[in-house]
Amino acid sequence: MNQTNQTAKTVYLMTYWIWIALFVIAPLVLVVYYSFFDIEGNLSLENYETFFTSTYLSMTLSSFWYAFLITFFSLLVGYPTAYLLTRTKHKQLWLLLILLPSWINLLLKAYAFLGIFGTYGITNQFLEAIGIGTQQILFTDFSFVFVSVYIFIPFMILPIYNAIEKLPPSLVYASRDLGASNWTTFRRVIFPLTLDGIKSGVQIVFIPALSLFMITRLIAGNRVITLGTAIEQQFLVTQNWGMGSTIAVFLILAMVLVMVVTRDWGAKGAVRR
Amino acid sequence: MKKLVIMLAVPLLVSFGLLLWIQQLNAAQGFGGDNTLVVYNWGDYIDEDLIGEFEEQSGLKVVYQTFDSNEAMLTKIEQGGTAFDVAVPSDYAISRMIEDDLLLPIDYDKLENVDNIDPRFLDKSFDPGNQYSIPYFWGTVGIVYNPELVDGEITSWNDLWDMPLENDILLADGTREVMGFGLNSLGYSLNTTDKDELIEAEEKLTTLWPNIKAIVGDEIKMLMANREAAVAVVWSGDASEIMYENEELTYVIPEEGTNLWFDNLVIPNTAQNVDGAHEFIDFMLDAEIAARNTDYVGYSTPNEAALEFLDEEVTSDERFYPSREVTQDLEVYENLGKRMNAYYNELYLRFKMQSK
Repeated sequence: MNQTNQTAKTVYLMTYWIWIALFVIAPLVLVVYYSFFDIEGNLSLENYETFFTSTYLSMTLSSFWYAFLITFFSLLVGYPTAYLLTRTKHKQLWLLLILLPSWINLLLKAYAFLGIFGTYGITNQFLEAIGIGTQQILFTDFSFVFVSVYIFIPFMILPIYNAIEKLPPSLVYASRDLGASNWTTFRRVIFPLTLDGIKSGVQIVFIPALSLFMITRLIAGNRVITLGTAIEQQFLVTQNWGMGSTIAVFLILAMVLVMVVTRDWGAKGAVRR
Repeated sequence: MKKLVIMLAVPLLVSFGLLLWIQQLNAAQGFGGDNTLVVYNWGDYIDEDLIGEFEEQSGLKVVYQTFDSNEAMLTKIEQGGTAFDVAVPSDYAISRMIEDDLLLPIDYDKLENVDNIDPRFLDKSFDPGNQYSIPYFWGTVGIVYNPELVDGEITSWNDLWDMPLENDILLADGTREVMGFGLNSLGYSLNTTDKDELIEAEEKLTTLWPNIKAIVGDEIKMLMANREAAVAVVWSGDASEIMYENEELTYVIPEEGTNLWFDNLVIPNTAQNVDGAHEFIDFMLDAEIAARNTDYVGYSTPNEAALEFLDEEVTSDERFYPSREVTQDLEVYENLGKRMNAYYNELYLRFKMQSK
């Protein structure tokens, strides 16, 4: 009996390892491998040289800047929303309503914004009606960040909501009893204890925001160029898989960096506690 | 252990069962073997009624699949495992497919209607002597604009720079197209491999940014029809669709010259039914069929005999059927090689980065 259990365990583990090897490790190795080949298929460091030119470096900077903006505004709106959610009567219903849009295809939602933000769209009709007049909204930084935040916000709300839900109310009561104001309670009790939720939220939003590509064309009209856009162009248009992979390598490095930074940040929070 | 065996066996049995079922379904519908023909075309690029007529006439079953970019199509054919009998790549993609041995030569003995094609659309640099491809539709790259939103008449690429069009131009997102009109506006060839000329073109394009509203994909058609911008640089085929949606707009072939493009019918080396493929190509070459297809698709047909069956108003429209004098000065994209192509893309990316 014990023997069969052991074999079963090994087989279960095997499937897990095969999965990891095929779909996590192999693609990563392939990306790194391809990054060392130039467009003619010769082994070279040319792609890395190209990456360290002003075009790609400024692209990396601007990708980080926009990903930061998107994460910042998602957090700014997401945290209070998550907090209020835990205080409502029908939590599950509200949560469902917030998650609902993320079941709709990204492309459909982006297309809808073309109509909403267009020169003759609803937003501008409203601005016209209240006397502000037609503004250019589509193809601006504002529309890009707005639509991205709209798309990512459920992923920010969910982990924070779970963290606040798990917080024992007795801690808040204790803080109040000891004479702490609302703000102090939030700053010294609620916020540090929900830091883990914020951390996962930031990771889930920042990392995909760094590699956004379709929205940069649809909503920002190519006025915002991210690393994701460049990868798409290298693979699909130029068919320079080497260069595409090289950019992807730096994207992976950036993601590792974000993971490390957010992990340390969490550790410090724990110490302060 | 028993559980495990069952867990592994059940999905296998289910998949096997599904496989058998699919085969039976296919057989019931008459698929399989020599009597099917797999056509691989751009989305919405054929009058689908014609497929039914071809099936009736030839007794073949047509499986119709679509793609949305030459690159997507190339990748699918390159990687094999497909059975496309007929495909419709554009000029530069054809020369790459010839280079990579992905095409089968056309057997002209099997094509009765090939003389219908206007000779000025044959023997182009991407396929000398048309050994591998037969023209399906053709067109130009030009400027579509709304005369009600623009002061004066646009006639040239340089008007985009010189006229007061601040934040009013949309560009189709294509490397060769955008770099091409930059080069043309300076009087250079759009197939140039001279790096100084290319850099000059990229710098000139950068100065156009104050006038550019956005660089977009297929949605350019919807945006232009909705008056989102006054001017757009597009393919003539898109222009005719936009003008069909919104009749205010007009199209112009800029006087400095521009690109002349082709989408041609080819037989990929993945073909399982080469005779059927020829039969299909010949069917599409028939004057009356080509005319009906043109009427539906709205692009310019290279089929001279078909022009008779089309509306006089359409075929005499110099914007979409420019005269021989105009087309002979236009340039077809040449395959510049991977490295030069990458250089074009690099400059185009740099140009896009200068938007602020």
